[in-house]
Amino acid sequence: MSRIAATFDRLRAVRRAALVPFVTAGDPSPAHIPGMLRSLVANGADVIELGVPFSDPMADGPTIQRASERALRAGTGLAMILDAVKQYRREDDNTPIVLMGYANPIEHMGVAAFAGRAKESGVDGVLVVDYPPEESGAWVEALGAAGIDPIFLLSPTSSQARIDLVARLAKGYIYYVSLKGVTGAANIDTADVERMLARIRGRTSVPVGVGFGIRDPETARAIARFADAVVIGSRIVEEIERAEPDQAAQRAGAVLATFRAGVDAAVGDRASR
Amino acid sequence: MQMRVPVAEPRSPVAYDMPDATGHFGPYGGTFVAETLQAALEELRDAYAACRADPAFQAELAYELEHYVGRPSPVYHAKRLSDELGGAQVYLKREDLNHTGAHKVNNTMGQALVARRMGKPRVIAETGAGQHGVAAATVAARYGMECVVYMGTEDVARQAQNVYRMKLLGATVVPVTSGSRTLKDALNEAMRDWVTNVANTFYIIGTVAGPHPYPMMVRDFNAIVGKECLVQMPALAGRQPDYVLACVGGGSNAMGIFHPYIPHPGVKLVGVEAGGLGIATGRHAATLSAGSPGVLHGNRTYLMQDADGQILETHSISAGLDYPGVGPEHAWLKDSGRASYVSVTDDEALAAFHTLCRTEGIIPALESSHAVAHAMRLAPTLGRDRIVLVNLSGRGDKDMHTVAKASGLSL
Ligand SMILES: Cc1ncc(COP(=O)(O)O)c(C=O)c1O
Repeated sequence: MSRIAATFDRLRAVRRAALVPFVTAGDPSPAHIPGMLRSLVANGADVIELGVPFSDPMADGPTIQRASERALRAGTGLAMILDAVKQYRREDDNTPIVLMGYANPIEHMGVAAFAGRAKESGVDGVLVVDYPPEESGAWVEALGAAGIDPIFLLSPTSSQARIDLVARLAKGYIYYVSLKGVTGAANIDTADVERMLARIRGRTSVPVGVGFGIRDPETARAIARFADAVVIGSRIVEEIERAEPDQAAQRAGAVLATFRAGVDAAVGDRASR
Repeated sequence: MQMRVPVAEPRSPVAYDMPDATGHFGPYGGTFVAETLQAALEELRDAYAACRADPAFQAELAYELEHYVGRPSPVYHAKRLSDELGGAQVYLKREDLNHTGAHKVNNTMGQALVARRMGKPRVIAETGAGQHGVAAATVAARYGMECVVYMGTEDVARQAQNVYRMKLLGATVVPVTSGSRTLKDALNEAMRDWVTNVANTFYIIGTVAGPHPYPMMVRDFNAIVGKECLVQMPALAGRQPDYVLACVGGGSNAMGIFHPYIPHPGVKLVGVEAGGLGIATGRHAATLSAGSPGVLHGNRTYLMQDADGQILETHSISAGLDYPGVGPEHAWLKDSGRASYVSVTDDEALAAFHTLCRTEGIIPALESSHAVAHAMRLAPTLGRDRIVLVNLSGRGDKDMHTVAKASGLSL
């Protein structure tokens, strides 16, 4: 069983939503990647989304744009990130790691070559923001051959037809973007999110995570009552931005712990699924 | 994967029907955007398909192009230039004579009418040199729409006059400080605005790039340029040209004049890219000549990128050609062999600029000067009975400061 499936199985048994921090790999520098992963896991991460920095992060707000710029300035590249994950796997063979980024660095490496190297490094899933399902034929095939889960986005504007399209291809989990806009934007309406999740679940048994706009532990708790995973991105990246580079992992971990408390507090309110 | 269009004889037109239903030109084009934008693109595709098929829409557009933009633009036989070159006859398609001074308004007028049909009261645009921003602000003023233009801070500083023109026209210019602070970053920022405000906002992209349907739609609106030439050339020169030349930034003026000629196999199509300081220096914007395929701004196409697949900054003396991607249809035309692409350096473009001023009394845009420069290379190699048609995509009023500076003067 894949690390992602095993994690969701384990959490289902204890009726808790997965806590999924997003950080940009190489922010503040590539040397900080293993320490960052370690700190996030120590502070309650169940799955880690590791952003691959790109020069043109079209779907990201200012916070994650700046994180990408910092990482690129520090010399971070895709091959380097795969190596860092491989190194980290020697100490942690359980926590699922999902890469999240844009198509071009992967296309430049070559989709099949990337899938092979990602597998070898111990990557469990990949979300390419600008690979929608209709452009993902070769991509899904290459990941499938390597046994890596293709993660797809759904959004408040996704039609029933698009939900079905994603449901046919998605493995691991589906990432529901909880607002119209870019990463880091304002708070979300949890009732709207809950309604949409019910629609998605009508079409697939793949777990559904929620992210974009979860900025405080209370919102995380509200979402954790019904979502399978809660993704915290910009709020953690802000903390990294404000910290001295050598304090970044510790500060990211400290803020993540407050979200973990929110997710834990939702356990009693959760219906079993 | 060769296109079945023969590039030489016979001269009977050959059907060309790109893109396919999902916006692909062979392996290029497509809809490479996040899920959050897919519904907006679907709405746009449906709206544009309806407009395209609606005679009333086409009639309204034709009326606006005639009475507001000033179409048709003439084709002009540049006799003194041709004589000086001593070879082929050079003809100029005078897009510089359009309202706002470039071909860009053909597209902004079309998209503004689509926006009106869709009931969107707010339009946004990205701009580099400011020409597309001005053309967008112009049509927004014409229709009483709110207009927000995104522009990299580097370009805001370089193009102060166009920033002021946009403001005069009632637009808000938003300086973009992310990334390389140029056109590509302005496009990213406009996309972010669109995804956030899609309910009331129409995004007017300024070239044949972006996700489907933009490359097709922008091409269609600029194809008026080539359609007019198809009629004007036989009337003026007795036949169609041997060569059609156009500068290529994103590629909209080139697609506009190329597209109607694609089915005419006797007509060679040549795109002219910005060679900047020379391809060997790496300081250029000749994407098709020196780049490689990848995915950016919603489509697969040729890109300027580094070994990690990060997008490179480009250089050209003409801000309008300073873009690290290129429209996907050009990528397809290049690979299929139906069009070829060459590059012209800053210095060659400047020399052509001065030559056209002096021989014909026409001050071309620096972008268009690249196409003129290639005509100056090509014409002397051809007989006097050959015909080279150049898309003179814009006028050079906006470039006075740049040209003066290159000559060591300040205005
Ligand atoms: C006069 C002129 N020509 C050409 C261009 C380049 O754009 P495209 O390649 O889309 O025609 C510009 C862009 O600003 C322009 O102003």
